[in-house]
Amino acid sequence: MKPFTLVRPTSLAEAARLSAASDAEIKAGGVDLVDRMKEGIDSPKTVVSIVEIAGYDRIEPGPPARLGALATLARIADDAGLRKAYPALADAAAGAATPQIRHMATLGGNLCQRPRCWYYRLEEFECRKKGGDDCFARDGENRFHAVFDTDLTCCCVHPSATGTALLAYGASLDVVGPKGKRTLPIDRFFHRPVKDPTRENTLTAGEIVAGVAIPAPAAGSRSAYRKLKEKESFDWPLVETCVAFTLSGGTVRGARVVFGSVAPTPYRSMAAERALEGGTPSDALAKKAAEAAIAEAKPLSQNAYKVTLAKVELERALRQAWA
Amino acid sequence: MARRREKLPPDRSKALVAMTVNGERVEAPFEPHKTMLEVLREDLALTGTKHGCELGECGTCAVLLDGKPVLSCLVLGLECEGRSVETVEGMAGPEGLHPLQKAFADLGAAQCGYCTPGFLLTAKALLEENPRPTLPEIRQALAGNLCRCTGYVKIFEAVELAAAWLRGEAAEPRKESLYGYDFDESGLLPSHPGPVGAVLAAAREAAVDEGGDKPRPYRAKAR
Ligand SMILES: Cc1cc2nc3c(=O)[nH]c(=O)nc-3n(C[C@H](O)[C@H](O)[C@H](O)COP(=O)(O)OP(=O)(O)OC[C@H]3O[C@@H](n4cnc5c(N)ncnc54)[C@H](O)[C@@H]3O)c2cc1C
Ligand code: FES
Ligand code: FES
Repeated sequence: MKPFTLVRPTSLAEAARLSAASDAEIKAGGVDLVDRMKEGIDSPKTVVSIVEIAGYDRIEPGPPARLGALATLARIADDAGLRKAYPALADAAAGAATPQIRHMATLGGNLCQRPRCWYYRLEEFECRKKGGDDCFARDGENRFHAVFDTDLTCCCVHPSATGTALLAYGASLDVVGPKGKRTLPIDRFFHRPVKDPTRENTLTAGEIVAGVAIPAPAAGSRSAYRKLKEKESFDWPLVETCVAFTLSGGTVRGARVVFGSVAPTPYRSMAAERALEGGTPSDALAKKAAEAAIAEAKPLSQNAYKVTLAKVELERALRQAWA
Repeated sequence: MARRREKLPPDRSKALVAMTVNGERVEAPFEPHKTMLEVLREDLALTGTKHGCELGECGTCAVLLDGKPVLSCLVLGLECEGRSVETVEGMAGPEGLHPLQKAFADLGAAQCGYCTPGFLLTAKALLEENPRPTLPEIRQALAGNLCRCTGYVKIFEAVELAAAWLRGEAAEPRKESLYGYDFDESGLLPSHPGPVGAVLAAAREAAVDEGGDKPRPYRAKAR
């Protein structure tokens, strides 16, 4: 790790001012940032630690819920009120990473973590995410890479489990920046690498996620989160699936269908949502939605299997949610 | 030809950080960009905590920070200022091994032993929170610790056994263990160089002998 200066401001506004410099990085739990610094793919001169700033680790389950960006994944997973109102978020947090990491990892850090593409994570590969000219995964080792949105500049997958769940719940983010506060709907938070693959979200210099607000679920609302992985104990997901909808008069309304770890951002399948709207829960409806979802997939050379997984997992998630 | 003695880098590069390590309050000088794992092993001579993947994937570097298991390879040393760190060296007491250590030894839950410190501390945190964990709860709590030798079964059994001992029950291993026999505990006590403070004092003297500067106390900036 290259030497750096650690600063520990006492307010988010001050942290925003300090982290606006191009050679500064915010540090929350440090699970992702410290790793990147040790691997030599990031060498900030100033590390702005926000993890001890008071007042941002609260969990108010509501509903509507308000979560501070410094709430750890372990506490989100364990909160009984959250689990009752937003089971998919609790399951997403509980299934991410390992017990030790969940004690360290924060919600804000989980949303803002950088991808795990092995070319990006190796110092030796000057990939597009690091400002280079090539996406090495496109014609290289890509069995864990994207199967949706693969025609963009980078085909990594976004690793955030909480992002997948919060996108399904239509959450919004409280953002603090050098110029003040704003509210950012999560639908506009993740950045598709259409032109610029060097970032995964739309925060601007110095902006910090302060918290997350999740709307109260309507009467009859249902949701489910599923994570499929190779190793049972813990693993990065092959495919994550999150669904949220309401059942009114026996029909599905306002469904949001989100896949994680299949695209450079948590991926909302509007095609599946349209297929579900107004339908009556049944295996046939689940199949119809899953087929609509994967019709948009464009897998790479080694990962067509992930398309099959996404289809099966969406059917399972829907059956789980309306059971 | 006699080699010229290398002069130590000036200790100005180091920060002096107050923390509690295994119950002992120390002021530890270390380079401010080190991880807690590096500080423990290189500056405090506590080599019981192991380097594994350095990525958060293996759990062998797990220590307790304010009682919670964390991965010391991903924690900055500076951020331990004012906090309490427990490593495997702090587990055995004057009465001998911690029940978890004894159960691991009795059941053969350690083979090469590289993963053991991380398992022991993670299990200790579990048993402090949940004195009567079920087998699935033990598996879940230890899910972030990899072992390449034992196949895990003996580790889970050892945690169950130690949990019973800690509850004051006269428990036996739940089934005949392949390696189950009583070890001579004297040979198992981790050997480490005594109080960390003594190690640091000796290092300080050596540094002054070599003409290094005194490290300056670390105080969090802008706090
Ligand atoms: C072995 C392993 C397995 C894992 N498996 C999973 C998994 O299955 N699912 C999953 O979702 N994750 C997984 N992770 C990733 C882990 O959950 C994240 O690294 C962690 O959540 C990051 O949170 P942090 O607080 O430590 O962030 P940090 O490392 O402190 O920060 C991460 C990034 O976000 C920025 N940042 C942090 N907080 C904020 C904020 N409030 N506002 C703006 N920017 C911010 C930082 O500048 C940095 O660039 C895994 C990690 C490991 C090591
Ligand atoms: S060395 Fe820290 S988790 Fe492997
Ligand atoms: S005993 Fe060898 S790795 Fe666990």
